[in-house]
Amino acid sequence: MVAGAGTDLRALTRRVRRHVVEMVYGAQSGHIGGSMSSTEILAVLYGRILRHDPRHPDWPERDRFIMSKGHCTPVQYATLAEHGYIPVEELSTFRRKGSRLQGHSVLGKPPGVENSAGALGMGLSFGLGIRLGMRLRGMDAHVYVLMGDGEQDEGQVWEAAMAASHHGIDRLVGIIDRNGIQNDDFTAATMRTEPLDEKYRAFGWEVRAGIDGHDLDAVEEALAWARDVRGKPALVIFDTVKGKGVSFMENNPNFHGAAPSAEQFARAMEELAD
Amino acid sequence: MTTTLPAAATREALGPTLVRLQHQGADIVVVDADLGKSTSARTFRDAFPERFFTFGVAEQNMISAAGGLATLGHTVFASTFAVFAEHAFDQLRMSIAQPRLNVKLVASHGGVSTGEDGASAQSIEDFALFSSLVNVTVCVPADVVEAQAMVEAAVANPGPWYIRTGRPKIPVIYTDGPRFQLGRADMLRDGSDLTIVACGLLVERSLRAAEALERSGITARVLNMGTIRPLDVAALQDAARDTGAIVVAEEHLTHSGLGAMCAQALAATTQPVPMEFVGVQNRYGESGTWDEVLEIMGLTAAGVEQAARRVVARKR
Repeated sequence: MVAGAGTDLRALTRRVRRHVVEMVYGAQSGHIGGSMSSTEILAVLYGRILRHDPRHPDWPERDRFIMSKGHCTPVQYATLAEHGYIPVEELSTFRRKGSRLQGHSVLGKPPGVENSAGALGMGLSFGLGIRLGMRLRGMDAHVYVLMGDGEQDEGQVWEAAMAASHHGIDRLVGIIDRNGIQNDDFTAATMRTEPLDEKYRAFGWEVRAGIDGHDLDAVEEALAWARDVRGKPALVIFDTVKGKGVSFMENNPNFHGAAPSAEQFARAMEELAD
Repeated sequence: MTTTLPAAATREALGPTLVRLQHQGADIVVVDADLGKSTSARTFRDAFPERFFTFGVAEQNMISAAGGLATLGHTVFASTFAVFAEHAFDQLRMSIAQPRLNVKLVASHGGVSTGEDGASAQSIEDFALFSSLVNVTVCVPADVVEAQAMVEAAVANPGPWYIRTGRPKIPVIYTDGPRFQLGRADMLRDGSDLTIVACGLLVERSLRAAEALERSGITARVLNMGTIRPLDVAALQDAARDTGAIVVAEEHLTHSGLGAMCAQALAATTQPVPMEFVGVQNRYGESGTWDEVLEIMGLTAAGVEQAARRVVARKR
């Protein structure tokens, strides 16, 4: 089953972005920029692509979503909340004492979080392992791994890319949120990783690149294509805007991991209003 | 010790034991980083090729993938050399230890007895690294019989494990069969003047040291501390109370290994007793035959014996 198949995704993404800004403002820490650039990707995955059941998060046949860019928990928790995995009210506990909603992903906290992350570069390997195990079990479920473009600096990503095609793994979908900014600066200035599409093709992957990661129809079309690739792992590179949805955060390296001020928060919520 | 068995390397236990357990109905998957011939993991590949995945010389990917595999319910064994396991420390931390997944990292060629390959191949900090991780059980077999028992125990006890095995053929202590109990020291010999706490190939050497000490009237208790984590603190407390002096012998840096962990456990729970530490003393190794390198480091029966005499002399 695809939970939330009938939802209005555009309205959902507006709510998710408001949750993200509220969570990071409330905690006075957290990662807004990369959450906003991934908002449509998660909306389409959870709303249109993943076979999942929020009432049974341990359903063995479910598709897995692996958040490899584990700092972008705000968008992950907000999306899980919108799909009923946790109460929306719980989002206000983000990064606070006693909360299940830690700053970076922890497997099983809350149910629906499939991996632990925060150190970058491990998610594709973890997803590859899941898919190898599924194949051994004769399960046809999919594994979707969301990575950042800055994350492509990590050598382990390329170890996993090589191993996935070596083992003839399919139903493993890599997704790159190519927002062009990493912690300190623009990715092009920090470490040139382009051309990512050609590199993954050379590693034996089917690749689609240059997709607008904020166009819901384009995102769905690309992820549906990736889901149906057989015989090889598939990768979709989405061109996105860091901080998408709030004018003064967009494409601004200062909003990778910084919390907004009270005034910025008010302006952001105004821009994100329905 | 009623029979004798030929010397054997602890690394030889892995593959054959896993094959036997899989035939008995276990759900084992093995991941390997291009060292399966040396770690004996290839024995499992030959028997169950569909359950064996090679990752090439890419330990980080292997360890994170092992975590992913374990989420499907398999018992995953990851195999490489101890020094290369260190290469994937953060992956073990994030992809296995923190989420408490059922992955057993069995790393061979531990310690300086790797020999000729020299310093880079000699893992003298693996106990420190892997014991530092929450949720990880750390074991070191004293011989091949105990190594088999540890692999069996790893399958029987879900959760992350690190087992360090060795390269050289060493004498078999447990000729009558294994006595391994997870988290329990095994008293191989009792004595009243001191206790020698040893692990790995230092156990047999400590037994020889105890025999030599006995000839000069010093009786030593010898504990095989096969489980480094969780440490058998009760056995250490008994040793301190009953014998009043402790020597710890290990193939590891003394400042961060079993000795340091024993000292910490004792300091927190008992009156102080003199302790001596036999191990690698704040240095890297070098080339030589495995026996020669152990000799250079003082990891011999004579080295343990000398430490025992020192610690006894320090008793009030």
